Amino acid sequence: MELTDIIREENLVYKKSPLLTDNVMHYCPGCSHGVVHALIASVIEEMGIQEKTVGVSPVGCSVLAYNYLDIDWAEAAHGRAPAVATGISRLHPDRYVFTYQGDGDLASIGTAEVMHACNRGENIVIVFINNAIYGMTGGQMAPTTLVGQVTSTTPRGRDVKLNGFPLKITELLAQLDGTGFVTRQAVHTPAAIRKTKNALKKAFENTKKEKGTSFVEVVGTCSSGWKMTPAEANRWMVENMFPKYPLGDIKDI
Amino acid sequence: MTEEIIIAGFGGQGVLSMGKILAYSGIMQDQEVAWMPSYGPEMRGGTANVTVILSDERISSPVLTRYDTAIILNQQSMDKFEEAVKPGGTLIYDPNGITREPSRADIHIYKVEGTRLAAEAGNPKIFNMIVLGGFLKIKPIVIIDNVEKGLEKSLPQRHHHLIPMNIDAIRSGMEHVEKA
Amino acid sequence: MAEIKLMKGNEVIAEAAIRCGCDGYFGYPITPQSEVMETLMLREPWKTTGMVVLQAESEIAAINMVYGAASCGKKSMTSSSSPGISLKQEGLTYLAGAELPCLVVDVVRGGPGLGTIQPAQSDYFQATKGGGHGDYHLLVLAPASVQEMNDFVALGFDLAFKYRNPVMILADGVIGQMMEKVQLSEPVPRWSREDIERISGDWALTGRQKGRERHISTSLELDSYKQEIFNHKLQAKYRLMEANDTRHEELSCEDADYLFVAYGSSARICQKAMQLCREQGIKVGLLRPITLYPFPKIPTRTLAERVKGILTVEMSAGQMVEDVRLAVNGLTPVEHFGRYGGVIPTPEEIVEALKKQFIGA
Repeated sequence: MELTDIIREENLVYKKSPLLTDNVMHYCPGCSHGVVHALIASVIEEMGIQEKTVGVSPVGCSVLAYNYLDIDWAEAAHGRAPAVATGISRLHPDRYVFTYQGDGDLASIGTAEVMHACNRGENIVIVFINNAIYGMTGGQMAPTTLVGQVTSTTPRGRDVKLNGFPLKITELLAQLDGTGFVTRQAVHTPAAIRKTKNALKKAFENTKKEKGTSFVEVVGTCSSGWKMTPAEANRWMVENMFPKYPLGDIKDI
Repeated sequence: MTEEIIIAGFGGQGVLSMGKILAYSGIMQDQEVAWMPSYGPEMRGGTANVTVILSDERISSPVLTRYDTAIILNQQSMDKFEEAVKPGGTLIYDPNGITREPSRADIHIYKVEGTRLAAEAGNPKIFNMIVLGGFLKIKPIVIIDNVEKGLEKSLPQRHHHLIPMNIDAIRSGMEHVEKA
Repeated sequence: MAEIKLMKGNEVIAEAAIRCGCDGYFGYPITPQSEVMETLMLREPWKTTGMVVLQAESEIAAINMVYGAASCGKKSMTSSSSPGISLKQEGLTYLAGAELPCLVVDVVRGGPGLGTIQPAQSDYFQATKGGGHGDYHLLVLAPASVQEMNDFVALGFDLAFKYRNPVMILADGVIGQMMEKVQLSEPVPRWSREDIERISGDWALTGRQKGRERHISTSLELDSYKQEIFNHKLQAKYRLMEANDTRHEELSCEDADYLFVAYGSSARICQKAMQLCREQGIKVGLLRPITLYPFPKIPTRTLAERVKGILTVEMSAGQMVEDVRLAVNGLTPVEHFGRYGGVIPTPEEIVEALKKQFIGA
């Protein structure tokens, strides 16, 4: 059998969304960002809203998200993506506006912005990648770093006396009257990926229905920062992250 | 003609309004005007003052240290601004609450019993307009028709029924102002 | 002719914003400029022109909302006072780096720190030298009257879009709080979608339409050589501003032996000082920079060739004086007189300062 006999339309099981550019992603092997990017691209494509969507990228590993999704993007200052998205959405109420933020960006330096955007019920989608570490800057403690977790700024493990507790920002945001849909998902198995895609789709559809802020947390891995192989990182996430950050819908109005 | 005025008293005495009415009246007769208030915490229950300038020419500094006229409504303001009146200038005050009468010999000093007259008229709030009337008698820099027009401009429609009362208060001040 | 009104500088900013077709205002309360947002909230322009007005959770959020709105090619603005402007510096450098047009009004109060709420001009360096990190400048307009508070809003937006650069109106507590006669601009409609396409169609985030590349508002460039080229482009833009949009006013300079250089409310006080000087037979003129960046170097230098001395008057410990000295380059003595911390200089003390520095009274 020749290779050309295999590469045929009828044998196609997966196709990259045309919304994903051909730029080579800078993410490390095993990183969750690539999967989530692909899911957002698929959702936008399937909804046919490419011309109406504006993304806001953060500061952190996904700062260059605008290189990978073929839509209009604003790159925000560290933590300010929800404020930038507010400005875009308020002046373009007919647009689908989403932010894409990591745990340092959203849950540390940008706590005020995300809290108030959610509390105002800005009609936007917030995608929150929680891998419990600062990836871009070299593996420092994040607000969501687990107790005892070793990072470059908690070399002996996160100590609650020194560093306080892992911040369950998603549960906090679910308390606010402005959020309509708050969920926590993961992308470590095909089933989980499907669920995350459905959650993202629901979030974007909520924008159309003007249901307030939709918040999708994706618990992810950072094999580089965690100093594990991708497979080990997935196992570690299931065993350690999920008990603290359980998956599922937290709020759905 | 340029008239540089300071109006000073307690916050809540209507100091800023008196200034505003003068400024509006100036506009009604095509003059240049500036109205510069003191602002901040001192306004909340403390002293308040406003500089008002009416001029036939482009106004230079809106912030002054020497004035043609000082309109004084409390003792603190008397202490602060008596010395700031230019020689040959004018000081007009309401004697209510004044414990130390002004003493300069090189300026013209007048008093208007605004508080007392307003109380007698059964409307203590209009005392500031009575004092303003006193000023306009001594320094007729704006004519009363223009004050009336200025009031129409500065007050929202729903308060226009109060204009005749204010004009009466100004006239009363004009009658009762006296050399101190 | 439009109606003459008596209004506060801060109120005029709000009215002028509505009338010039501003799309969005994002603010946070701070004395002495809170009347800007208060006036907008009273006027409810979202019901008339469709202008959005939003009270943000912080100055930081407000300037980032402006960043988002400006990314869409919309006319957006914020206003604040010194401590709040410090918080906005991060946003401002991102706006400058992403070459986004917007208008920022700074009604300056005395500092440092929480300082005082009284008027000051101690943020000249912050306004004209960049303020945030990186080699960039805002185009800075300094109004000296309530009328200019009106005029500079529309002008500010024009310049912001002309150069794709943030523009700052640098006022102070005096200009913000005082009332003067003002003739408000005739209202113009907000830009339509077609207008935005025509004016900013090659960069605005309007949603990636078929047939065009995606638009990205970003200030990130990881390749140093490309970042240097981008910096060259910014510097070229600033030279263009300098050549084409430097503004100043000269008063009684024709026969002047001495020159005041002052902007904003200090320029107004200097006019009074100038009158007092001339009454005493001292011929003084006034050069009032209207753009603080770009600074009117050439007029300053030209006048420096003719006068015996220059006194800069600022409500600061001496900031603009540095630009004056650079422009004058030793041609004539340049001295500074300042009151600061919220204290306003008096015309009399300015006259005394001039005499002391140059005449030996």
